[in-house]
Amino acid sequence: MSDIYGEILLDHYRLPRNKGRLEHPTLSVEGVNPLCGDELTLDLEFDGQRLKDIRFSGKGCAISVASASMLTEALKGKTVEEIERWIGVFREFIRTGRAPDGVELGDLLALEGISKLPVRVKCATLPWSALEEAISRYRG
Amino acid sequence: MKTVEEIRRDFPILSLKVNGRPLVYLDNAASSQKPIQVLNAYCRFCESRYANVHRGVHTLAETATGDYEEARKTLADLVQADARGVVFTRGTTESINLVAQSYGRKFIKHGQAILMTPMEHHANLVPWQVLARAVGAELRFWPLNQDGTLDMVEGRKLLDARVAMVAVAHVSNVLGTINPVREIVEMAHRVGAKVLVDGAQAAPHMPVNLSEIGADFYAFSGHKMCGSTGIGVLYGRPEILEDMDPFMTGGEMIREVWLDHATWNEIPHKFEAGTPPITEAISIAAAARYLQEIGMDWIHAHDTMLTARAWELLAAEPGVTLYGPAGERGALVTFNVAGVHPHDLAALLDRDGIAIRAGHHCAQPLHRWLGVQATARASFYLYNTPEEVDALLEGVRAAKKVLQLV
Ligand SMILES: Cc1ncc(COP(=O)(O)O)c(C=O)c1O
Repeated sequence: MSDIYGEILLDHYRLPRNKGRLEHPTLSVEGVNPLCGDELTLDLEFDGQRLKDIRFSGKGCAISVASASMLTEALKGKTVEEIERWIGVFREFIRTGRAPDGVELGDLLALEGISKLPVRVKCATLPWSALEEAISRYRG
Repeated sequence: MKTVEEIRRDFPILSLKVNGRPLVYLDNAASSQKPIQVLNAYCRFCESRYANVHRGVHTLAETATGDYEEARKTLADLVQADARGVVFTRGTTESINLVAQSYGRKFIKHGQAILMTPMEHHANLVPWQVLARAVGAELRFWPLNQDGTLDMVEGRKLLDARVAMVAVAHVSNVLGTINPVREIVEMAHRVGAKVLVDGAQAAPHMPVNLSEIGADFYAFSGHKMCGSTGIGVLYGRPEILEDMDPFMTGGEMIREVWLDHATWNEIPHKFEAGTPPITEAISIAAAARYLQEIGMDWIHAHDTMLTARAWELLAAEPGVTLYGPAGERGALVTFNVAGVHPHDLAALLDRDGIAIRAGHHCAQPLHRWLGVQATARASFYLYNTPEEVDALLEGVRAAKKVLQLV
């Protein structure tokens, strides 16, 4: 097994970015991992088309926590359109283990090995699925 | 008498390297590995004795039918039961569904109750929920003591004349609790209730004497006792099986068929519709013979030694919470490590070649009772060694270090 528990992932697990709740979220969504029952909540605050702030809360494994932490870091300040593009990029990255040409994944690259761990894919995609629901709800 | 080293040599998979490390297989409660004796029995049967059973009159049909019925006797012998009551099913899950449907739909009536425990595997819970909804029966739950044993005082109060069925695990697949099934059967029979015992975690690990336990139904799976998947046993008391309706219908299970109706074959064949799992029956019988040769008493003592060692080591490790009773228990330990998600623990142990299970182990209501989402479970069998238990502890320590909790 390629080692998913690398330093970048563990760093996001030990010191998660944007963890907690927002005081005035535009909307909140919950995700549940069917594998282990882990729950995750995303709070999003929009300023028009821009994601002004985002936080996540809940308990989870290192992979789901790190994935949520990386998600918030990558997407804070992005527009709804940009976020939708990122969701597509992330899904393809998780499926193939490779970033689409010309995309800089940053810390998310730490999840590279997940495509070879079909059982844990759900852990990594949990926050992204919640995000996808949030965006579709925001779009109405 | 074989040594553990000799037993290990019977299991080809145990010489495997996983992630460059010798495999330490501690997921036996989920499924067990197969010895060469079982694999050979399967091969030899397919090479020289195979045909469909109970159909042809040619030579191979005769040898295959003889072997298949011999397998039934071997399994009856393993649990000291009447072979006429041994039905081959797909496994514990199908065995329990068979009883819930074929017995339950006919004999459990509106207003009667089904008594279960909160420690049941989903396989011994959901079929009864479905049945209860269909016939209008009530579901009752035998309370647990703090340590995960059954509260025999409170349970007795629930066991009144309205209870038609008691469904209980012989050994819990999460808590490891060994339930006093003989006493439960006695109590239940006194009020006229039938008892189904889920023996999935017991029959592979300890001597089971059904003539002594007296259960009306007893279920277990081949793949947890060194046999193949796709086969299990339902034992039912013959006089009860006689009165039950068929579960599935079709070939084999009939006596005579007309265009508009049919009559049923005698038991146990009445419950084996279609071509049965023939090769799997050869495999489970070879497994039963293998286990009996080693000795169920020896296996139970060996499991108990490993489990006690694991419990002791983990109980002394800071941050570890153990679940279930501390004393006599089935061949497993279920635990959590503070700050380490069970799935991370299992994945980190896997880097060292150690296989354990993490999750809710098909017992979500029990995990709700425990107040946790998921747990880690190490489960043992005849081929495991004390050194492997020590490796588990080292792995737990290493996992804590990786996640920087120490
Ligand atoms: C206590 C218990 N009951 C039932 C089952 C279901 O067995 P199977 O999946 O072989 O049908 C299991 C194992 O998964 C178990 O541990």
